[in-house]
Amino acid sequence: MASKKGQGDNRLRDQIQEKRLFTRRAVLAGAGVLGLMGLLGGRMAHLQISGHQHYATMSQANRVRLVPVPPNRGLIHDRNGVILAENRPTYQLMVIPEQVPDLEETLAGLGAIIELEESDLTRFHNQRQRQRRFDAIPLKFRLDERDVAIFATNRHRFPGVEVEARLSRVYPQGEHAVHAIGHVGRINEQELQRIDSSRYRGSTHIGKSGAELQFEDLLHGHSGIERVEANALGRVIRPLERLDPNPGTDVYLTIDSRLQRIAEEVLGDWQGSIVALDTRNGDILALVSKPTFDPNLFVHGIDRETFQALQADPSRPLYNRAMRGQYPPGSTIKPFVALASLENEIKRASERVFCPGFYTLPGVSHRWRCWQRRGHGHMNMEDSLVQSCDVYFYDVAYRLGIDRMQEYLGGFGFGRRTGSGVPGELPGVLPSREWKRAARGESWYHGETLITGIGQGFFLTTPMQLAHATAVLANKGSAHPPRLIKRIERNDNGEVSDLPPEEKETHFKLRDESNWQQVVDGMIASIRGPRGTARSIAPGLEYEVAGKTGTAQVFSLGQDEKYDADAIPIHLRDHALFNCFAPADDPRIAVAVVVENGGSGGGVAAPMARQVMDAWHAIERGQPIPRPDPPEEEDAETADG
Amino acid sequence: MADASLIEQRMTRVQRHLHLDGQLLTAIALLSGVGLAILYSASNQDMAELQRQLVRLSVAFVGMVAIAQVPPKTLQRWTPWVFLAGLVMLVLVLLVGTYGKGAQRWLGFGPIRFQPAELMKLAIPMMVAWYLSRRPLPPSLSQVLVALVMIAVPTALIIMQPDLGTAVLVTAAGLFVVFLAGLRWRVLLGALAAILAAIPVFWMFLMHDYQKQRVLTLFDPERDPLGAGYHIIQSTIAIGSGGVYGKGWLNGTQSQLQFLPERNTDFIFAVFSEEFGLVGVVQLLVLYLFIIWRGLYIACQAQDNFSRLLAGSLALTFFVYVFVNVGMVSGLIPVVGLPLPLISYGGTSMVTLMAAFGILMSVHTHRRMWLS
Repeated sequence: MASKKGQGDNRLRDQIQEKRLFTRRAVLAGAGVLGLMGLLGGRMAHLQISGHQHYATMSQANRVRLVPVPPNRGLIHDRNGVILAENRPTYQLMVIPEQVPDLEETLAGLGAIIELEESDLTRFHNQRQRQRRFDAIPLKFRLDERDVAIFATNRHRFPGVEVEARLSRVYPQGEHAVHAIGHVGRINEQELQRIDSSRYRGSTHIGKSGAELQFEDLLHGHSGIERVEANALGRVIRPLERLDPNPGTDVYLTIDSRLQRIAEEVLGDWQGSIVALDTRNGDILALVSKPTFDPNLFVHGIDRETFQALQADPSRPLYNRAMRGQYPPGSTIKPFVALASLENEIKRASERVFCPGFYTLPGVSHRWRCWQRRGHGHMNMEDSLVQSCDVYFYDVAYRLGIDRMQEYLGGFGFGRRTGSGVPGELPGVLPSREWKRAARGESWYHGETLITGIGQGFFLTTPMQLAHATAVLANKGSAHPPRLIKRIERNDNGEVSDLPPEEKETHFKLRDESNWQQVVDGMIASIRGPRGTARSIAPGLEYEVAGKTGTAQVFSLGQDEKYDADAIPIHLRDHALFNCFAPADDPRIAVAVVVENGGSGGGVAAPMARQVMDAWHAIERGQPIPRPDPPEEEDAETADG
Repeated sequence: MADASLIEQRMTRVQRHLHLDGQLLTAIALLSGVGLAILYSASNQDMAELQRQLVRLSVAFVGMVAIAQVPPKTLQRWTPWVFLAGLVMLVLVLLVGTYGKGAQRWLGFGPIRFQPAELMKLAIPMMVAWYLSRRPLPPSLSQVLVALVMIAVPTALIIMQPDLGTAVLVTAAGLFVVFLAGLRWRVLLGALAAILAAIPVFWMFLMHDYQKQRVLTLFDPERDPLGAGYHIIQSTIAIGSGGVYGKGWLNGTQSQLQFLPERNTDFIFAVFSEEFGLVGVVQLLVLYLFIIWRGLYIACQAQDNFSRLLAGSLALTFFVYVFVNVGMVSGLIPVVGLPLPLISYGGTSMVTLMAAFGILMSVHTHRRMWLS
């Protein structure tokens, strides 16, 4: 810079000018900075003051989530507190994909120590597609103790896999009393429409049948709700507040588990049903329907094949025969018809009818057979009950007429539901002119009156109905409707209340007590008498039983054909029935037994009823319950009609 | 009082000796402290992350002190070489650079990874200041054009990486020098008009799709509430829900529960706003304003054009950081990936920033005292 010296002054002046210029620009820039900072401040104030309410709501909506808390389902006990249905921790294998380093390897490793079905894996993979990576996905339900133990020792090998315990419904007695207890299952589409969604929030199961369905309202309780803070991924960080669920109420059934077990054992492998009622209050003491199934299968969602097998099973294990099985009552109807006869003054008890082995109507060529082809000879009312003479009752029925007979039998509850409230109960059929016209569009024939008098033809009754009618008979015309629930115990405040029996219903008024006594004497004699159809149960009987055997035809024989048990297939053999109450002088229990294709009421059904009554006799006295005999396969010693 | 002033004198002497500026240093320390506290919250109380940030801060601080020792004259001599080296590296990065987050920004020298664009944040204002200070101010039109080329070439290289945020910054840094040098108003206005005209061209040919996306969602975040708009929606919710007094430190639900994306880095200001409210925000902005004011003051006090222009440009660039980041987080301008200076988690930009403060301190402490 050669010119530096000469231009020194200029340069200095320039420098001062440059500094001024720069300062001006810097101040200008500073002003700009200030202005823009003000803009930022304004923007922030806008968001944080005027927008605060809006954004605070949005932030709250971001973080708070409602999580339902399902209630614990009430327990089901028998009348003495034996647990029939409870909630137990069941173990399931859960996998949290996020925490698993190598899913394929983990699944293979797990498969090596715990048996994994193909279906488990498919379901797992399907669910994995739909869920977030930190959600636990069940890999296998219902691990047994062994699986849990094996997994526990290997758990270090499987990060992200854990065993989760959750309460699920368990029926500790298995198939025991399954048709009375019923079962729960996953809530399905239809039920979802029906239920109160706030009450069931978070619940996965609902009563499907039996007491589980009938008392669903009591058992389920009310869901609670938990407000939780969740992060952007939906992961729950911490609970904020909790509205506790209202637990379900414990239910005590009227079933006596001991009696139920005896009844199940005596029925053995037969298909059929046994119902025992307490005649004094309608308590259903035993309700057996065979064959049975394991209700535990339904809790975790039964697999298709098992369910289809159960449904396709010709013996229909899912079918509650006690409430829905409709059978011809056969001769078990005779005491009721006999009482109708006496009360309507059709015949005096001592009046005899001659049985030549068949019955004819004037001007009709058809012969209505007595089961005893040889004929019973002269029969009074007691004889006809003891030997179950069909001809006597054909005559009574003919003279009584269908209208009076229908009216009188209706008084015992035939042809309508018993009022037990058990879901799915069927009403049976008490035939009448109106019924036939409505159901068949045909008018009534006299012959149909005759066979209605011996409990055949259109006549259908359920085992529960038969037991109830027997109780009405035992109580001389009045009875409490059958009931399945005896006591409830609330779990929220521990309050126990014994439920009063259902309102006692008066079905009819006896015109003359002695009529009733004569019928009952006939029923007693059918057991005690030397020619009684149920005399096989008399030996050793410590109390008086009033009962009646019955054999219901499954298919009709031709006019001159002879019934030969060995010659026809087993599913077409006659049903064996027995209805009774005891003690005869002070009735406490009524029992109805239906053994499908059992053949003989006296030989097959009556011994079963006796053992049930023996057991109840012992239970009431606090004595040890006698071991039941195994049911006899075939016993045709006494046939009956 | 006597003791206090004695300490003050001693402090001043130490500062002078170390070429540090007390006021700037205090503000930087305060800001770093706030930054660490808010990072602790934003990282869900991750001590490891905090420690890494602390290490970076220390390294950057050492860098600042080192640069403060270099007199502006020396810096001025190095300038063309630094700029040239920067340019070469920018070209290299396009040829052999490593990819990260969809862009090619890094150069690796063994274990050290380095972003040449960061160096350009300093090199461009230095170069333009060097060039314009060779002649008396204000610059002639031809000088301005040369300066613009000096800015445009590296900017173009940076855009090609692509790194929009840094491109904005380096361009701003260079243009600030030109402006402070006394660019004539009619040229300025003419240039502004030209830029407005160029925007459509820029949009059509030079911008990447993701950049266009950011601009579009700015005007209507709800357009893509789960995609590009999600950032803005969640950050405005965070800011707005903070209200006047905030939700309290560590209690911001938007950030603690991870609704807010990139809360450690670019969106950390939303965490701060949510937890400390408008009261905190105003204090923070005032602190930033103080640093900028101090920078401009240092520039005005500088004794030569190079120092002046460089210091002024660095102070204003610092403001651009703040404005772009806060504007972006609060939904005022499009999402441009710029950190909040001295608070956001991350290393490279912090070193550059501290280096800039080192230059400011050097400018202020190497003045010839006898002249004043």
